[in-house]
Amino acid sequence: MAEEKGKAVIQVKDLYKIYRVGDSKVRALNGVDFSIYKGEFCAIVGTSGSGKSTLLNMLAGLEKPTKGEIIIAGEHMETKNENQLVKFRREHIGFIFQSFNLLGTMNALENVALPLTFQGMDKETRLARADKVLNLVNLKKHKKHKPNQMSGGQQQRVGVARALVVNPEIIFADEPTGNLDSNTSEEVMNLMKRVVREQNQTLVMVTHDNHLASFADRIFHIKDGKIIKIEDTRENLKEQVNE
Amino acid sequence: MLIIENLIMAFSSLLSNKMRALLTMLGIIIGIASVIAIMTVGNSISMSVAANMESMGANNITVGLQQKSTEEQVSESGARFEGGTRGRTIREEDLITEEMLEELAVAYQQQIAGISLSVSSGNGTAEKGKLYANVSVTGGNEGYFQLNELTINAGRGLTETDQEKGGKVAVVSDKLVENLYEGNAQSAIGAMVEVSINNRYYTYTIVGVYEYQAEAASFSTDSEEDITTQLYIPLKAAQAQNHSAKGYEQFTVATESGVDTEAFMEQLEHFFDRYYRKNQDYQISAFSMETMLSSMTDMLSTISLAIAVIAGISLLVGGIGVMNIMLVSITERTREIGTRKALGATNGSIRLQFIMEAVVICLSGGFMGILSGIGIGAVLAGVMGYEAKASMAGILAAVSFSVVLGIFFGYYPAEKAARMNPIEALRYE
Repeated sequence: MAEEKGKAVIQVKDLYKIYRVGDSKVRALNGVDFSIYKGEFCAIVGTSGSGKSTLLNMLAGLEKPTKGEIIIAGEHMETKNENQLVKFRREHIGFIFQSFNLLGTMNALENVALPLTFQGMDKETRLARADKVLNLVNLKKHKKHKPNQMSGGQQQRVGVARALVVNPEIIFADEPTGNLDSNTSEEVMNLMKRVVREQNQTLVMVTHDNHLASFADRIFHIKDGKIIKIEDTRENLKEQVNE
Repeated sequence: MLIIENLIMAFSSLLSNKMRALLTMLGIIIGIASVIAIMTVGNSISMSVAANMESMGANNITVGLQQKSTEEQVSESGARFEGGTRGRTIREEDLITEEMLEELAVAYQQQIAGISLSVSSGNGTAEKGKLYANVSVTGGNEGYFQLNELTINAGRGLTETDQEKGGKVAVVSDKLVENLYEGNAQSAIGAMVEVSINNRYYTYTIVGVYEYQAEAASFSTDSEEDITTQLYIPLKAAQAQNHSAKGYEQFTVATESGVDTEAFMEQLEHFFDRYYRKNQDYQISAFSMETMLSSMTDMLSTISLAIAVIAGISLLVGGIGVMNIMLVSITERTREIGTRKALGATNGSIRLQFIMEAVVICLSGGFMGILSGIGIGAVLAGVMGYEAKASMAGILAAVSFSVVLGIFFGYYPAEKAARMNPIEALRYE
């Protein structure tokens, strides 16, 4: 099986997240187990309230699990304190947001360089690296543009570049095309897929859209806090080729 | 490095909302401007008084007639310059006489270096054909010229012989020579100059030319040509010309070095007590540049205190305004904060970022306040007739106070931003 090849970047074991709402308990995640491997593009698909965003937040170290283990790049996330999590995010994780979340006062180049600022990198090196990554996402002409001078698709490409710039272990994307029209969505998806392949990056994307999920190598279907099905599109492809 | 980058970032976010930033700064601008303005005025006055002290000498004591107050509430410093009276005019028997001065000089010969006496013969114009120059005719004794030393450019100053004779000789300014003799001092020496005062003509022989020096504390709207300069004549000549009684409303004593001015002033007043005890209207009061300065400083510090209170309130209100706008800005930028935290910004760096913004607002307001304060202060000092001198200490204090204000009022909003939960911040619409 594909899962036995390569090295697991993310291992999730028996993960629970229980929220208290008044007297009742809400099980946002109710026992989740899976692994994601280096170079994979995975999609977590589910309806709203299925627990997919909670799962992503926990993988990214933004939220702590009630029970269970999350091991990313060999490190246990659930035992880290807040400062350690911040440091971990800064060095190992890239984010792509639904509404891009670019800073309006900075141009594309500066926005991409922002995560490197937090690492304490000097300005010249930072901007040089940001410049290279912007070339990767085909934004050579828009480096000096502010977010409000760019289209949604261009803004999200800046977002992708910003996630790539720290050369992270994993990139998390939360509905990355949620604010884009369908044509632009396809473009951005293809771009993400291409860049992930070229850079041998691992990408975990959350979406409610089955069509967008089909761009991924593997699709995790989540419902009521449990993973109900894992699809491998590469095997489907092989099967189709074999037929 | 981080601080500089934060500064640049803070400036660019400030510039992205100029109107709001300016309105926020207003309280701070007003507060700082009023403090700097009053400090500029105060500094200008004390600098100019200090300069006068230097030229007139700190050891000089001016002694003069002072109207007796019925309630005996005369200010100790006796900061009164003219013999002007309200109601009662000075009668001949009220004046300080030559005899009193002679006795004084004998009684305190250890302490007194010289007594300066002067009489004004009024303002007029020196004329030569169609040419004219404005003059103020002053008669002074030897002691007067010892205190007010003239720089003689040509000819000579007034001598002991001139004083004794009381002849009609004059020392004129180089400005007058420029106006009447085309600047040729040599042709002026020995010439007769005709001066018209209140439609009466007086003629003097010019014996010397002194270099005119603009006084620090004068504020004149006259053009260079119309400037009024002193024309000095011997004391006796002036007295004769005025038909004035042999008495003085005031005189100045130059003390020997090492004399305690403060104590000597009391001795002087005490000395004159016997002459004026029975005088119903007048007494003698002595004051020095030192006491004048201290009374002025007292007055200034009272005004400063009042302004400081107003400025303090203005700065407090301004500071609260800054805090308020920072809280608004943080709410508006919740997603930015969430993004930064998700991308690995520590609480500390978020806190620093927003404190920096508050500091930049306060500091910009502080700078604007300093500039407008200096401007207002200069205008005020000018109107009051002093040369404007900004107070460096005030400026430094204002700058550091702005920074402190920014940190103080920026801390709470910055802390609030730093403690935001990244997930909630990212979810914020």
